[in-house]
Amino acid sequence: MKYEVKQCRILQKQELAKGIFSFVVDAGALAQKAKPGQFANILVPGKTLRRPISICDMDAQKQTLRFVLEIRGEGTQILAGFEPGQDMDLLAPLGNGFDVGDCNRKALFVGGGIGVPPLLHPAKLFGQHATVALGFRSQEAAILIDDFQQAGCNVLIATDDGSLGHHGLVTEYFGQVQPDVIFACGPMPMLKAVSEFAEQKGIPCQVSLEERMACGIGACLGCACKVYRPTEDGGMSETYGHVCKDGPVFDSRKVIF
Amino acid sequence: MADLRVTIAGVEFDNPLIAASGTFGFGREYMEFYPLSTLGGISCKGITLKERAGNPPPRIAETPSGMLNAVGLQNPGVDHFIQEDLPWLKTQGTKVIANIAGNTPEEYCEMAEKLSGTDVDMIELNISCPNVKQGGVQFGTTCAGVSDITAQVRKHCTKPLMVKLSPNVADIAEIAAAAEASGADAISMINTLTGMRIDIHTRRPIIRNNTGGLSGPAILPVAVRMVWQAANRVKIPIVGMGGVSRWEDAVELMLAGASAIQIGTAFFSNPYAPIEILDGVAKYLEQNQFASVTELTGKVQAW
Repeated sequence: MKYEVKQCRILQKQELAKGIFSFVVDAGALAQKAKPGQFANILVPGKTLRRPISICDMDAQKQTLRFVLEIRGEGTQILAGFEPGQDMDLLAPLGNGFDVGDCNRKALFVGGGIGVPPLLHPAKLFGQHATVALGFRSQEAAILIDDFQQAGCNVLIATDDGSLGHHGLVTEYFGQVQPDVIFACGPMPMLKAVSEFAEQKGIPCQVSLEERMACGIGACLGCACKVYRPTEDGGMSETYGHVCKDGPVFDSRKVIF
Repeated sequence: MADLRVTIAGVEFDNPLIAASGTFGFGREYMEFYPLSTLGGISCKGITLKERAGNPPPRIAETPSGMLNAVGLQNPGVDHFIQEDLPWLKTQGTKVIANIAGNTPEEYCEMAEKLSGTDVDMIELNISCPNVKQGGVQFGTTCAGVSDITAQVRKHCTKPLMVKLSPNVADIAEIAAAAEASGADAISMINTLTGMRIDIHTRRPIIRNNTGGLSGPAILPVAVRMVWQAANRVKIPIVGMGGVSRWEDAVELMLAGASAIQIGTAFFSNPYAPIEILDGVAKYLEQNQFASVTELTGKVQAW
């Protein structure tokens, strides 16, 4: 089966920043099946819809998956209340994930806010070949910096208020880097800027998108995103793809921002 | 074990659970969980004469005990369905219902004609999609509109014809009667209730279409009431839907007058919902000594 519903025991819980929680769960064989950049649709008791949460990290040997989620509304508030020893009901692994390729290339990872977590596992694979540019609102909202540094990545930080790292946008670091490949996840304006940079420099770039979602598997067509589609006459037309099935990771040249 | 088979408009379903249109695609995604023959039938994603891109996102918003959607009939068009999806679906051991929506009566008729030439089991006339300006709901909210479109399609449709009713009407029994009088073989009801949610921080509707269709457990009591009212009025079978997520809900809707049940939104939180519902219904039938699920239909003893 490509994906399945599984009850996963929570092994660890940690508050990384105010309202941002990390969960490590015992996922059994799911941890071997999952790819970086995929996500789980997590059941929220009492709610009609599951919540799509990206896989932050995975350990195939220990059979664990790690998720980092931010309280954004009622659903994530309920999920944030889960404790070690309880089970999370995961529908996973979903979506396509990052196409990591050769990890000896110079990779640039660009993450903004709660878009940072899905970059951790792929950045670990690149280790010291990875430059990781992370943007946060403030020092208080910064997460996972130690994790990227422990993996040997070169970590660059920018904050909106200047309380940590560069005072400004994460994209302002781009003059310093000459990557072979780019992976990005975060707010749409950031992804647009990253895609434009990649386009100018001719660097392949994969962006992970987010959208309000229902089924998570491509049946309900709820999580639409505008993309280019090749036409029969060799041109391009605009259409709606779906974050859950066609993504969440897209070639940046295919996304219409 | 009680007999779970039901016959609707001459089509025999192995059990009374049918996937509701728009929640189940063309079935491929849910095959990961169980064989599609688990379901009595599948009502496919609503199809139109030509491909439709659908509405801009966001298309989804959660609501208390439910959700809004405004997908806007994104689909590859009837020809693609007939060529690519239908032949495969017909090998899956379940009954296949084509749900069709159109801008004009002519489009409905053309699709009905094309589908009548295939081995699709039934046609569901969608005159109740609330999310596109020309998606059929203009035909579905008045008796005259329902009569006219049903009668016109009937002339071009040699398959069993089921008309899917909108709940956004003043008198559902009148509408059901209009469909019956104009040639419908069955009725399915209810489609979603038009709703709206606003993000109080941005002061924008959450859904880009502003309004969307409300589904999920929140609408179950509306569905029960409307199925009951329609069942008291018409003789043709009613396929009930609206917020069914547990076996008790399915039994309730059948007691109200439904001959079969469609489930939809329940798939999103629990892909295995049909298995659990069938299991529960079967046990209920045994415990209450019903030999057949058909005995439940309309068994409510109203005060």
